[in-house]
Amino acid sequence: MSVIVFVEHDEGRIKKSSREAVCYASAIDAGDVIALVCGNAEPKEMELLGQNGADRVLHATESRLDHGDIQAYASVISQAMDNENADIVILAKSSVSDAVAARTAIKSNASFATNVTELPNTSDGFMVKRSIFTGNAFAWVKLLKAKKIIGISKNAVAYKEEGGSAEVSDFSPVLNESDFNSTVTGRDKATGVVLLPEAEIIVSGGRGLKGPENWGMIEDLAEALGAATGCSKPVSDLEWRPHREHVGQTGVKVSPNLYIAVGISGAIQHLAGVNSSKVIVVINKDPEAPFFNAADYGVVGDAFEVVPKLTDAVKAMRD
Amino acid sequence: MKILVCITHVPDTTSRIAFTDGDTKFDTNGVQYIIGPYEDYAIARAIELKESHGAAVTVVNVGGAETEPTIRKALAIGADDAIRINADPEDSFFVATQIANVAKDGDYDLILMGRESIDFNGGVVHGMVGELLGIPSVSPVMKLDIDGNVSKIAREIEGGKEFIELKMPFVAGCQEPIAEWKIPNMRGIMTARSKPLNVVDPVDSEHPDKLVKFELPPPKGTIKMIDPGQMDELVSLLKNEAKVL
Ligand SMILES: Cc1cc2nc3c(=O)[nH]c(=O)nc-3n(C[C@H](O)[C@H](O)[C@H](O)COP(=O)(O)OP(=O)(O)OC[C@H]3O[C@@H](n4cnc5c(N)ncnc54)[C@H](O)[C@@H]3O)c2cc1C
Repeated sequence: MSVIVFVEHDEGRIKKSSREAVCYASAIDAGDVIALVCGNAEPKEMELLGQNGADRVLHATESRLDHGDIQAYASVISQAMDNENADIVILAKSSVSDAVAARTAIKSNASFATNVTELPNTSDGFMVKRSIFTGNAFAWVKLLKAKKIIGISKNAVAYKEEGGSAEVSDFSPVLNESDFNSTVTGRDKATGVVLLPEAEIIVSGGRGLKGPENWGMIEDLAEALGAATGCSKPVSDLEWRPHREHVGQTGVKVSPNLYIAVGISGAIQHLAGVNSSKVIVVINKDPEAPFFNAADYGVVGDAFEVVPKLTDAVKAMRD
Repeated sequence: MKILVCITHVPDTTSRIAFTDGDTKFDTNGVQYIIGPYEDYAIARAIELKESHGAAVTVVNVGGAETEPTIRKALAIGADDAIRINADPEDSFFVATQIANVAKDGDYDLILMGRESIDFNGGVVHGMVGELLGIPSVSPVMKLDIDGNVSKIAREIEGGKEFIELKMPFVAGCQEPIAEWKIPNMRGIMTARSKPLNVVDPVDSEHPDKLVKFELPPPKGTIKMIDPGQMDELVSLLKNEAKVL
């Protein structure tokens, strides 16, 4: 028996969330942990998956797999399941993970669950806890089939790095023309910034900041904290900030250790995307702002005065 | 061109989330239902494509008779006709099976839906429908244009977007800013009443999973207020008490 982890990388570097998925597979304790990597990943990075608990790494080297074609990934995973006699597949949340899980589940006749937030409960069958209503509730779901595909959320398991390196072997699944349907014509991707889904700290700004020209102080605070920047929906709708920063029910769902909300009222749709943050700090000039009901620490004050002071205090602490 | 738009009938985003029957049923008391916000984007884009390229737009929903007002709203926005598959949308595999069954004989060039429903947030139905029909699926789609039989798409990737080209037919899970939400006008509401809404029976489908119970998150603890002049204190609390710095 073995557990396969679908490991994603960003230009060769293994994603932290995928390392977490390897930790999850190792904690399930249901057989050998096999990390499956597609495309052009750095060899050293793949070996280091051993530290997260991978027993082996399968590397599907086919260059067409560098591009995130959902169908091709599903083909690779279901062939690896057959070859390795694997009953369980783990995927970390990403822009393709849910769709890959869906197609793999059909190909391999498996039960599946996405947005799983904890290790499974196997005392009576195989039960997983998944987040529903955009973080406002959970559902315990029993996966009935022998094969199971599990998509996990950030922080579903304690992260660990120990042990040695894993052996990498090449894997050559049979891929058809029909597995590759799309042609990539371009990319528009932020470089050199902390991305929201992986961020441990997020500084987020709302319409209370009045205009895009005032984001300098948000960026300064984020830089002092090593944080990613986010925003509310109207802010991205007004194009003050790029869409990728839009946090909430209809945007990115985040679960950082620390979420700092500046000039955001705390509408229920915004809260839905941040309610699994560990600690929330709210800075708002209106003491009645609903966000205070969801916060751990609150500051009633003018963002234009409070934020620069906070940045100075962070810098003083870091020195 | 023929477009199928799959819509959910979900609690309004401001609904109070609570459960009954020993935490096994969603408490529908006082809950207003809407077209899921992601499907609202899908339908808006379908109507734009209908206006710019000419298309017949059909909406489909898996649900009981109570979902008909939601379906009528989609017709009021501009869809031409609707199909209601008369069954509880018990799990995503069941829903995908029903949609694929309706779609397989429909000759649709495009099957649009939301990237995920806002109640169960599975994010899997587009992929499953694509796999069941043996056609490609893309999600989350932020832009979708048509040029002959090729579609030009921007899909979200971590930290940005990727531009791809794909031949029709395919399934797309939509999100903003693919289009702006459309609000039905009076004429739309009037004509929606007489547009065809066909009710069909579901096909047999297995259930690969079983819901055991729901659970609410633990209530949030009390908030600590900090004086705006005391940012050193806030930093010290974040470092020493919350231990997040
Ligand atoms: C279906 C649906 C989905 C939605 N999805 C999302 C979503 O995913 N994400 C999202 O964010 N929203 C979403 N919304 C919109 C949401 O309802 C709110 O309209 C939005 O979150 C408000 O953004 P805001 O807090 O930035 O602006 P506002 O509500 O205008 O709040 C601005 C806040 O700034 C404060 N402020 C003003 N000046 C200052 C100052 N000088 N210093 C400090 N504070 C100040 C004000 O007191 C106020 O609380 C959705 C809405 C719907 C209907």
